[in-house]
Amino acid sequence: MCLAVPMQVLERRGELAIVELDGVQREVSLMLQPEAKRGDFVLVHAGYAIGIVDEQEARETLALLAEMARLEGGEGEPGAAFR
Amino acid sequence: MSQERRFADPAAVRALATRIARLAEGLPRCITIMEVCGTHTHAVAAAGLRRLLPPAVRLIAGPGCPVCVTPVGYVDRAEALARRPDVIVATFGDLVRVPSSHGSLEQCRAEGGAVHVVYSPRDALAVARENPGRTVVFLGVGFETTTPTVAAALAEAETAGVPNFRVLAGHKVMPPPMRALALDPAVQVDGFLLPGHVSVIVGSDAFEFVASELGRPAVVVGFAPTDVLRGVEAIVRQVREGRPAIENLYARVVTREGNREARALVDRFFEPVDAVWRGLGPIPGSGLALREGLAHRDAGRIEVEVCAPVEPHGCRCGDVLKGVIDPPECPLFGRVCTPASAVGACMVSSEGSCAAWYRHGG
Repeated sequence: MCLAVPMQVLERRGELAIVELDGVQREVSLMLQPEAKRGDFVLVHAGYAIGIVDEQEARETLALLAEMARLEGGEGEPGAAFR
Repeated sequence: MSQERRFADPAAVRALATRIARLAEGLPRCITIMEVCGTHTHAVAAAGLRRLLPPAVRLIAGPGCPVCVTPVGYVDRAEALARRPDVIVATFGDLVRVPSSHGSLEQCRAEGGAVHVVYSPRDALAVARENPGRTVVFLGVGFETTTPTVAAALAEAETAGVPNFRVLAGHKVMPPPMRALALDPAVQVDGFLLPGHVSVIVGSDAFEFVASELGRPAVVVGFAPTDVLRGVEAIVRQVREGRPAIENLYARVVTREGNREARALVDRFFEPVDAVWRGLGPIPGSGLALREGLAHRDAGRIEVEVCAPVEPHGCRCGDVLKGVIDPPECPLFGRVCTPASAVGACMVSSEGSCAAWYRHGG
């Protein structure tokens, strides 16, 4: 039930915003996240933006994952981790 | 945002599984890690993450599915309200198939009860505006992630003057059951994967007590496969080093202090109350009731006749919710209890452990 999805703010209309994910648009309330701006990725839960995605943090995590994949990629027997 | 999908990168998943396997070799014993969020239960099962873990690391689901921990008596009351000609019950879809004492809200609707499924509490408010002659009761079920959305709808009802919108308060908060489980000698929990979206609201600092008071590692994680595996890796490392701490590995959306605006709105409408959890029983301070001055919004004050609740016979949902047994150990699992014909709530919701095991094999 705590499912929440990051969607990008296309437009603010007072306390409401039009947000988009993969071409699907929705109207959400910004009552719980009033400082969200156009272009932000907000975390949407049950029709409300409840948080803002920190793009810098997201990029850093992805860089860390890529580095892990690179470091582990060469060692061990392929598929060993899946047994 | 396709970026979110990149957190499921198979090469990174393989790398993490390898790292966990290597770290686990240094564990002094087998350990059990508990997640306490239905969205994690679903994500772990759907991605088959348990199969990537070494035998020394057991990952179990705790009481993180709000629908699953809602007592039968709550659903009975919701049904009784829906049968009143002057009431419309509005609810998230998760709740309509949950067994009540003698049926479900779905069955109640088939028999003429007014049950509207909505995506958002805002939609329930719209139903109230469209039906000024009837009271619209929103079924307020869910944890810290969801409660602010219900508080926001209540605030809008107050400001915009929608007198016929009420809430049947059944909201719950996560820290008290985590404390209860950690202190229960029948339950082994060596570390917690903390609920990512609950943490968006409460902030990672709200879980400091898990390390400082309960002496268990706890890590805030997101819902992609790499998020969950990084959390497992961090807990295994902490257990090995004997230094329990709170780590936030979901910093792309979770901060230390959380969403203060959302919490202030919840405080305006709700106050802590003792609550009953299916499987865990009564837990002090684990629920939220509408504040005293809000009787006009409290659907619990609408008089209905409700008999003593009847729990489904033979169902071991309670032991599943505590992580004492895995779903297949319940004698009803997969035989008389399936998603199409569920006996217990844990088989109904896609976030329930039993449904997740049934669909994805654990």
